[in-house]
Order: sequence, then structure tokens, then C-alpha cells
Amino acid sequence: MTLASQTEIVAPRRRFRGLKKLARNRGALFGGAIVLFFVLLAVFAPLIATHDPFASSFTNVRKPPSAEFWLGTDEIGRDIFSRLLYGARASLMAGVVSVAIALAIGVPLGLIAGYFGHLIDGTISRFIEALLAIPSLILAIALAAALGPSLMNAMLAIGVAATPIFVRLTRGQVLAVKTEDYVEGARAIGLPHGLIILRYILPNVLPPVVVQVTITIASAIIAEASLSFLGLGQQPPNPSWGSMLNTAKNFMSQAPWMSIFPGGAIFLVVLGFNLLGDGLRDALDPRDN
Amino acid sequence: MSARQDIILEARELTKRFGHPPNFMRQSSLVHAVTAVSLSVRRGETLAIVGESGCGKSTLGRLLLRLIEPTSGSAIYEGQEITALKQREMRRLRRELQIIFQDPFASLNPRMTVRQILGEPIRLHRLASGRDVDDRVDQLMRTVGLRADWSDRYVHEFSGGQRQRIGIARALAGDPKLVIGDEPVSALDVSIQAQVVNLLGELKQDFGLTLVIVAHDLAVIRHMSDRVAVMYLGEVVELAAADDLYEAPLHPYTSALLQAIPVSDPAARGQRQLLQGDLPSPTAPPSGCRFHTRCPHARPLCSQDHPALEPAGDRRFVACHFWREIQSAGVSVPAATARRSALEMRLGLYRARQAERTQADR
Repeated sequence: MTLASQTEIVAPRRRFRGLKKLARNRGALFGGAIVLFFVLLAVFAPLIATHDPFASSFTNVRKPPSAEFWLGTDEIGRDIFSRLLYGARASLMAGVVSVAIALAIGVPLGLIAGYFGHLIDGTISRFIEALLAIPSLILAIALAAALGPSLMNAMLAIGVAATPIFVRLTRGQVLAVKTEDYVEGARAIGLPHGLIILRYILPNVLPPVVVQVTITIASAIIAEASLSFLGLGQQPPNPSWGSMLNTAKNFMSQAPWMSIFPGGAIFLVVLGFNLLGDGLRDALDPRDN
Repeated sequence: MSARQDIILEARELTKRFGHPPNFMRQSSLVHAVTAVSLSVRRGETLAIVGESGCGKSTLGRLLLRLIEPTSGSAIYEGQEITALKQREMRRLRRELQIIFQDPFASLNPRMTVRQILGEPIRLHRLASGRDVDDRVDQLMRTVGLRADWSDRYVHEFSGGQRQRIGIARALAGDPKLVIGDEPVSALDVSIQAQVVNLLGELKQDFGLTLVIVAHDLAVIRHMSDRVAVMYLGEVVELAAADDLYEAPLHPYTSALLQAIPVSDPAARGQRQLLQGDLPSPTAPPSGCRFHTRCPHARPLCSQDHPALEPAGDRRFVACHFWREIQSAGVSVPAATARRSALEMRLGLYRARQAERTQADR
């Protein structure tokens, strides 16, 4: 004790500890940089684009990459580079917005079902199980068809279709966390249910949810592609990576650049979100330094 | 001191059963955790509830605080039936009734700093606000023997003993009147146990607390409690002042528990009569006296008739049909002395041999 008071180590107030930890994590930084890169591309698409993304040209159909068309042209002679930039808007939006919708509905439902149990849990869980019985893409297609074809409706449909995963994941975690002594301790000091859920359950439930978010963003981008292909997502001639990939698959051998670049872009963004999510999960955990 | 007034917390026929009653789909899986327990806690005393694991002592502790709802019966705090209160009123009352948990690793939120953990009850019950909360937190840290500038750390940065001190500080944060310790030291190293027991004793004095300590270790309890309630399979079988209970246990189960305490002095060891068999399943408690399946004094009546908790002398209660006879039969003294003389002989031989050796070395 005397030794400790002589070598007075004043602990700094650790307020931004999570952010600092995130900054130290190279994988997360790399992932964040990729995501940021694509976000910037999407935002400044009109400034960066070399051609009009909608202008077709019958003299330039399926040209390989060249000085004029950096990433080549598609089946009606549109510049793939420019379309990729504009397509980033639709694809990133589809990924982020639909997952945000799924999170906003799924996590609260999971928290309520898991925490209160009994009849509430039974009602929510049976409903979610019924939703799960329908393949999520089919569900999204049905919803998008019912709501009418537009990108916003596609995102809504993908979000709703992705909700059951979050409900189930959150509920399962809550069931594990709510038996912990510290939750009983929170009740013992007289904390109301809402605050217990907010301060005790939610933070301890979040890490696996964060990881699930990054995975779901990836599948949402691909789901948007499928919906666009069916004409239920991004409306032509507006580009999205998914719709570009879908037309490109008919020309895999003749014009591989048509699929390589949108495919590579999806791959990179998904990788970026995954790395970022992993880093975020580690940064949110105060236990390991 | 009027008898009614100095009772702070009372249990009336508290019963808790877990599980489902039998229906046409499945057999009964009802666990009789606590059965019709009545006892009262006097203001300022330390009451210990002891028994082996599975006897329902922790459940009783939680029933007394209404952390779980009783199947029947009631808990009365300061003349108010807390088992009948609305959730909102109960929450307000919780400030005065606190609990210290057994496992200091599980009882503190890993995602909160110590400052947040200790500040929460203070803010919740509006005991202070703004900067004053921090002052109170620092003060609490010092009260339980921790450095105030450690309060911005997370709990995983502390040792088990330190965490238990944080747990105690949290229980004290709301300025409680009664604290229930659910095996507060049994998860700690023996060297730390004494420190925490002493700390609890000091705090009880300083804050004028009433303590209810749930434990399975009678040796730890002896030093800190005024009265002891012994539980077996969800029932209180004996309730007495600590000194009386340790000197002359009335219930055969209490004597068995006391004999199970390890004695460090070989000469002081008497004849042990250890209990045979396991605790019967609480899903199907034995008929009559629940202890009759393991009791060395059991007679036919014991398996048929359930003994009630009856007064046995000065402020003492026991639930046994034959406690008078068992008491007058006394302990088997000759056996103990016989063993003692045999031990003395062997010790004598050992010392003589040691002396010879030192002689030879020279």
C-alpha cells in the first residue's frame, strides 16, 4: 500500500477508450478505410465519373478496359467505371439502410421477448418462426412486389426479411445474460425494467449482434442485386452493383470485365464491413486490452 | 425494547415452489425450495441462515427481499407487507433492503466502470446529483478499503476480494437498513475471507445495519452472527442464539453440521458422527420429519408425523419430536477420552524419537 502511494499512478479517465482501441486495431482501420473509400466514391460520383453512366453507344459495345474506358463498357456501350461509381450509391444504401431497418425492429423485439418471457416471448417468437419458415429472399421478393418496384421498397423488404435473424440472436443472448447475478443486482437496487434492459442487457448482448450486422450488410447488397435483376430493386437505367453483375453473367466468357469489377467491388465492401465489425466488437469489450 | 417494535423483517409461512405442477402431459417436477418458513430478524442483529447446499437458504434470502415472488406466505418489512406492494412502491423500498452476492465475478456488470456501478443507486434514489455523486462514490470506495482513484476502472481489473468489496460498496450506496449477504465470502480465498468478514462487522457497526448472512460454513458464521437459523430441505429446523447453538445443539441435524467443522487441534477432536447419504430430492421431500432418512435418532414416529418448530428454552426453537431425550442422553464422552489417550501415547512416542535423532546428529 505504501509502495503504491509512493509511485502514484493516476489513472486517466478512460472515456474514449473504445475509440482508441478501435484505432489501434489494424484490421478495423483497414476495413474502415475500405468502407470510407467507397462511401467517398459514391458521394463524389458526379465529379469522378469519366462518362455519363446512362449514355449508351453502339460503337462501343463490350469494349475491354482501355485508356478511354478504364474498366471497359457493358452490353450497350455504357462506361463501367462511371456506372460502378453511381452504383455504389444504390448498393451501399441497400446494405446499410436495410440492415438498419432490421436492427431497429429486430433488436428491441428480441430484447423484449428474451427479458419478459412467458406470453410476450411466445407471441413474438412464434411470429418470427413463421417468418423464418419463408426463405428470406422469397419473402423480400413478395414484399417488394406488393409495395411496388423502387429502391426504397426493396430496402424495406430486405430489412424486414433480415429481421428474424436479429430477433433470434438477440433473444438468445438475452436469455443467457438475464440469469447473470449483475442483472439480479440491478433489480435489487430498484432499477426499473427499461433501464435494466438499456444498461445491463443491451451492452452485454451487442457484440454478436455487431458481427451479425456486418454479415447481413453483405447479404443485403447481394439481395438487392437479386431484386434489381427481377426489376424490383434499383430501376433501370439507374445502376447498382447487383444489377450490373446480373446482366454481366450472360457475357462471362466474352466480356469478363463486366462481372469482375462490380463483383470485386462487392467483395471489397463486404470485406471492409466485416473487418470493421470485428474491430468494433473487440473495441466494445472492456475486458481484453 | 418491546418485542414487536424491534423486528425489522419478518417471514410468515414463506413458501416457494419452482417448476410445474403435474398435468396430463408430464409428471410433477415441483421443487419444494422453501416450505412454510416463519422467522423474524431483529433490528441491529446479525442473523445467519445456514444449511448444506440445496436446502433453500439462498431462495429464502431472495424471498425476504422479494427478488423472487413467493408461492405463498408473506414477507413483512417495518410492518409493511412487501410481498403485497406494487412494483413501483417496491422499487422505492429497495434502497433500504440490499444484497451482497456470492460470486464477485458474476455480480458486477462487466461493461460498467466502478464509478458507474456505485453511482447508479445514488442517482436512482436521488441521494445526490452532479459532482456530489462522485464525492459519494469516492467516499464509498474508501469505506470499503479501496483507493478512490481506482473508481474509473472496470471490474475485471480487480481481484476477487476487491470485487467483493465493490459489491459491498454497491449494497451500501443506497444507505440501506438491512443487508442480506448471500454467501458473501464463500467464493473467496480463506486469507481474504477474514478480511471481508471483519469489514462486514465494522460496516454493520458504523452504519447501524441489520445483517442476514446466508452461509454453509458454520465456522465463518460463528464469529459474526448473533442468532443462527439452521435449514434442512427448505425448512428451519433450529433457531437459536449463536453461542447456545454452538455449545449445545438441540436438533440432530445441527449437531451433525457442527461435527463436520474441521478442528485444528487433534486433542480436541471428539468422536465424529458424519451424516450418511445425500440430501433427499427436494422434488419429493420425505414424509414426516424431512430429516428422518438420515437421522441417527430416527424412530417410527419421525416418518409419519411432521414436527413443528417449537419453543425450546430461552428464545430458542427446534423442530424435532425427541430433542429432549437426545439432549439428556448427552454426548458419548468416554469414547472421546479413549481416543485422546491413544493420541497422547503416539505423540509421546514421536517426541521421544525426535529427541533421539537430535542426540544422534550431535
